[in-house]
Amino acid sequence: MSKKLVVIGAGMASGRVLEHLIEADADAYDVTLFNAEPRGNYNRIMLSPVLSGEKSFDEIVTHDADWYEENGVACRFGERVVHIDRERKVVVGEQGEVSYDKLLFGTGSAPFIIPVPGKDLPGVITYRDLEDTNAMIEASGMPGQKAVVIGGGLLGLEAAAGMRLRGMDVTVVHLMGHLMERQLDEAAGYLLRRSLEDKGITIKCQASTQEIFGEGKVEGVRLETGEVIPADLVCMAVGIRPEVTLAQACALDVERGIVVSDAMETSDPDIVAVGECVQHRGALFGLVAPLYDQAKVVAKTLLDEAAEFQNKEVATKLKVTGCDLFSAGDFAEGDGREDIVFRDPARGVYKRLVLENDRLIGAVMYGDTADGNWFFGLIKDKTDISEMRETLIFGPAYQGGDSLDPMAAVAALPLDAEICGCNGVSKGQIVEAIQAGSTDLAAIKATTKASASCGTCTGLVEQVLATTLGDDFVMPAPASICGCTDLTHEDVRRLIKSKELKSQEAVWQELGWKTRNGCHVCRPAINYYLLADWPVEYQDDPQSRFVNERRHANIQKDGTYSVVPRMWGGMTTPDELRAIADAADKYNVPTVHVTGGQRIDLLGVKGEDLPAIWADLNAAGMVSGHAYAKGLRTVKTCVGKDHCRFGTQDSTGLGIKLEEKLWGSWAPHKVKLAVSGCPRNCAEATCKDIGVVCVDSGFQIGVAGAAGMDVKETERLMDCSTQEETIEVVTAFMQLYRENGKYLDRPYKWVAKVGLDWVKEQVVEDVENRKALVERFELSQSIYQKDPWAELAKKDEAPKFAPLANLTLEAAE
Amino acid sequence: MSWIDIGTLDDIPLRGARIVKTKLGCIAVFRTAEDEVFATSDKCPHKGGPLSEGIVHGKSVTCPLHNWVFSLESGEAQGADVGQIETYAIRIEAGRLLLDAAVMERTAA
Repeated sequence: MSKKLVVIGAGMASGRVLEHLIEADADAYDVTLFNAEPRGNYNRIMLSPVLSGEKSFDEIVTHDADWYEENGVACRFGERVVHIDRERKVVVGEQGEVSYDKLLFGTGSAPFIIPVPGKDLPGVITYRDLEDTNAMIEASGMPGQKAVVIGGGLLGLEAAAGMRLRGMDVTVVHLMGHLMERQLDEAAGYLLRRSLEDKGITIKCQASTQEIFGEGKVEGVRLETGEVIPADLVCMAVGIRPEVTLAQACALDVERGIVVSDAMETSDPDIVAVGECVQHRGALFGLVAPLYDQAKVVAKTLLDEAAEFQNKEVATKLKVTGCDLFSAGDFAEGDGREDIVFRDPARGVYKRLVLENDRLIGAVMYGDTADGNWFFGLIKDKTDISEMRETLIFGPAYQGGDSLDPMAAVAALPLDAEICGCNGVSKGQIVEAIQAGSTDLAAIKATTKASASCGTCTGLVEQVLATTLGDDFVMPAPASICGCTDLTHEDVRRLIKSKELKSQEAVWQELGWKTRNGCHVCRPAINYYLLADWPVEYQDDPQSRFVNERRHANIQKDGTYSVVPRMWGGMTTPDELRAIADAADKYNVPTVHVTGGQRIDLLGVKGEDLPAIWADLNAAGMVSGHAYAKGLRTVKTCVGKDHCRFGTQDSTGLGIKLEEKLWGSWAPHKVKLAVSGCPRNCAEATCKDIGVVCVDSGFQIGVAGAAGMDVKETERLMDCSTQEETIEVVTAFMQLYRENGKYLDRPYKWVAKVGLDWVKEQVVEDVENRKALVERFELSQSIYQKDPWAELAKKDEAPKFAPLANLTLEAAE
Repeated sequence: MSWIDIGTLDDIPLRGARIVKTKLGCIAVFRTAEDEVFATSDKCPHKGGPLSEGIVHGKSVTCPLHNWVFSLESGEAQGADVGQIETYAIRIEAGRLLLDAAVMERTAA
């Protein structure tokens, strides 16, 4: 029978204990979880990105309701624990009592409130949980709001930067001489101050708060110097102290925190404690990394396995975008300690290393923290640095011939080097996970938890992925289009629209292209973006297109071409088939193939014969099938209700209408459609870029399927009741993709980037926008929906397919 | 040096190419954005792709089959690829394209 475990506090540390416990032995305990906050565990250190608006709360939830239910955790959220009876071994909550065999304290810490007059006024908050964060977000909702943050430490500065990003007028009041004095020395503190001031935050150091004043709510802060700072919100972030009220009330051994042994047991062997509420060998804890180490130990102790917690060095990073700082170890000045300092004030870079007995014991870096983890490794490992002392400050790139390439630096790290400080994940664990099949960042997060907490090591994890997987790993960092520019596809698309660039020359000049007229990589993309965004103003340039789109046929490996006439919705006639057969005979076509898109491919046509074979096919009523185009290819159909006993709608008819609407349009990549007459899906519509499945009640439109390099089922965009509505929605989707997709991204890749929800907003929910998209598509079609074969088979165009001169004849003369 | 008239500059699309057939294979004649002309072998040394069908950029052409890039001036493959295409003298006189008549005598070597 399972024993009973009661947990007080659903925080990051106790949450981690539960994870370890359930992973090791899910049946060992029946767990009841109390939490005073009315919600489960979330990644508290990510509240700063939530405050600044860079993340949403949902993104930082670590355990949702499903997780608790799946793992059988009885949750009592929003309920305070009022009493603990250690004699009877029961925890008494506001809603009743629960008995325990083991009790886990995860009560965390409480913000320290400085005892000044006015500290209880409405509008005075701390920075601890989601309520505080929301209070700050709400306050920033009104224009011209002023905030004062008391405390220039890690938390206070993150709060200040977050509120500033949301447009508030922010002043930081700090008691000490420089910011973050526990982590930074004066010089780094100065640089940090300067860059925060550049962001528009006012900083007051050596400033002591005398009182917070206001009638009924906060109106301002008065300093001891008499200076008054007006404020609509005051955030107190001067520090935290362990939350020990409950522990004291039940007479556990409490000093500054709840005293625990190496096994994390309190003075009562049935009660363990973890996190910011504990005191271990005199030390208190505020950063997440040691808490996770404690959690491992607590889980083992609860399972009666021997384990000991050891307090290790921790490194600090500030999560303020644009302020890159790193600090680790001890950097106070002292006898026998030496400094190595590197300053480059113009770049805002400062690095200081503190040495003692040929060992690195502390490091502070500002502005360039790329080598932080390497220095941190030297501190933790107590490496003898006497050999590399002269070049130490320049980082690993200058040691032992390593190159300056950060990839090489990561590749050179030993397997036991720590990559994720929060979760204590080593390079070796990540490499193992990669070899076991976790080949992208999301999978690594899921299997190892690396970069799943504060996220500052994301870049390192990606580099480990890149060095381990080699060419198989595609760095997600935005890459420029090609060597001709530093801009990404997305940048260029945006700039072409916003700066109204309507010619290639305008793009090269205005966007500072490094080459005269691009290259084979960028020019086709630019040509497409221009014709898609400015169909009327821009003139399509065949010389900026890949050979297939210029020759309107597919080049084969021997330099001959393949020719595919359009067969609308996969329908053909005996006359068309005869004309195709005649053409195949006349031009000695060696291979005739039926394609997967329901049409016939004539392979092996000589380049100079193209205009003639097109003219013959045109004469029989056929046009180009665009089987070579980044644009609409085919609309595959089944025969539908006219013939099939299962058919629910006229799928063939709808397919033909769609093809007639969309043919001739260019797109970022090829677009294939299908319409199936019933959910048996004979036309395989659910793996197409756009696929319609007919049902009795109408038409189900799916988009973003794939059946190429990747195989992916479509996602449902919308259900329509009429053919007209279906055609409208499909057309609008096509145009949205044409206007926003990155060149050579198929629709499924593009939708993965922008999200199906956004696509739905544009195409499904906003009916006016849908109609506007269709209008823009139709405008473009008025120019581009022309049979290129008919154009190129004309008398003045056709000769261009022949050689300029034939010198073999002259030679024979 | 004798020259053969093969046509006019306007016969070649801007940033494009046409071919000239000779006994020993095709020669590609390129016209750059700046109206310069270059004549080279039409055959990519990699897999025989028709260079005249490639994208012309700057004074280079990219083979349509596997994106090898060649300098039209030197005939040398650019970037990581190693290869060489033959180049031939060509000039413009009064809008006419004049190709080095030596191409008539060239051998398979």
